[in-house]
Amino acid sequence: MDAQAAKFLGAGIACLGMGLAAIGVGNIFGNFLSGALRNPSAADSQFGRAFVGAALAEGLGIFALVVALLLLFT
Amino acid sequence: MASPLDQFQIKPIVSLGKIGNSEIAFTNSSLFMMLVVLAIGLFFMLATAQRSLVPGRLQSFAEMLYEFVANTLKSAAGKEGMQFFPLVFSLFLFVLTANFMGMIPGSFTVTSHIIVTFALAMVVFLTVIAVGFAKHGTHFLGLFVPGGAPALLVPFLVVIEVISFLSRPISLGMRLFANMLAGHIALKVFAGFVVSLGALGIGGILGATLPLGMIVALTALEFLVAFLQAYVFTILTCVYLNDALHPGH
Repeated sequence: MDAQAAKFLGAGIACLGMGLAAIGVGNIFGNFLSGALRNPSAADSQFGRAFVGAALAEGLGIFALVVALLLLFT
Repeated sequence: MASPLDQFQIKPIVSLGKIGNSEIAFTNSSLFMMLVVLAIGLFFMLATAQRSLVPGRLQSFAEMLYEFVANTLKSAAGKEGMQFFPLVFSLFLFVLTANFMGMIPGSFTVTSHIIVTFALAMVVFLTVIAVGFAKHGTHFLGLFVPGGAPALLVPFLVVIEVISFLSRPISLGMRLFANMLAGHIALKVFAGFVVSLGALGIGGILGATLPLGMIVALTALEFLVAFLQAYVFTILTCVYLNDALHPGH
């Protein structure tokens, strides 16, 4: 296998990490919703925290994207 | 057919000379950045021109924006956070307007370039460091030492905390950039499906209605993402500023 092909394969495999981050983000919002439906009066105050958690979980997926982009364009 | 990446091309409009080998030019990116700032300035001048006690449509929208960001900042960074309101409000409005302006067909999305989002993230990061050291001196470094951890674990935790602190500007900038880039590429890819299916004749045109419907749905989603990413950028800025103001864990 030549180096270029291995790079593309590596980029594709790195993108799996983004899918895993998607599971994390879905988990956060799913749990937020189920909590919010149990206690709707407390939901508004925790809205921001849900987004911070989602942003942090997404951040780790973004590092996978960085690896993929580095493999593709350097 | 144009590649889906063509929309991100930076074209020089007016060349301003050269420094070394790199050209310094007024590009379409700079043009749209100026348009964004102009639009924000114009909107707020119009909205606050009347300053009536019972706000009209424009004024109440401006007030809603203000209250929204002020509440986000207050809940994340407390009362002292309000001294950074101008910074946070400007960042929110710039990102929001740039994202929405990119949704106009044929326009240029400023935030789909990593250098722009990274520069915005660096502004936040350096502000946090400067404010943290100015307010708390070396106590700011206590941010990296989690309270209540066993003494044996502290060195490892400090290393992890430092790495996660240093990766903040990268993840903050990359998040906005990647979301805008991916959304706009997806739109263009589906638009490409419509064109190439429509060229096949009558059966192709029938088939092309499917991706056409997808574009409508994706455009709606993109408007949501444009707002959401501006909000996420703002709330993370508030959280990071909170670290600078109250570094104790």
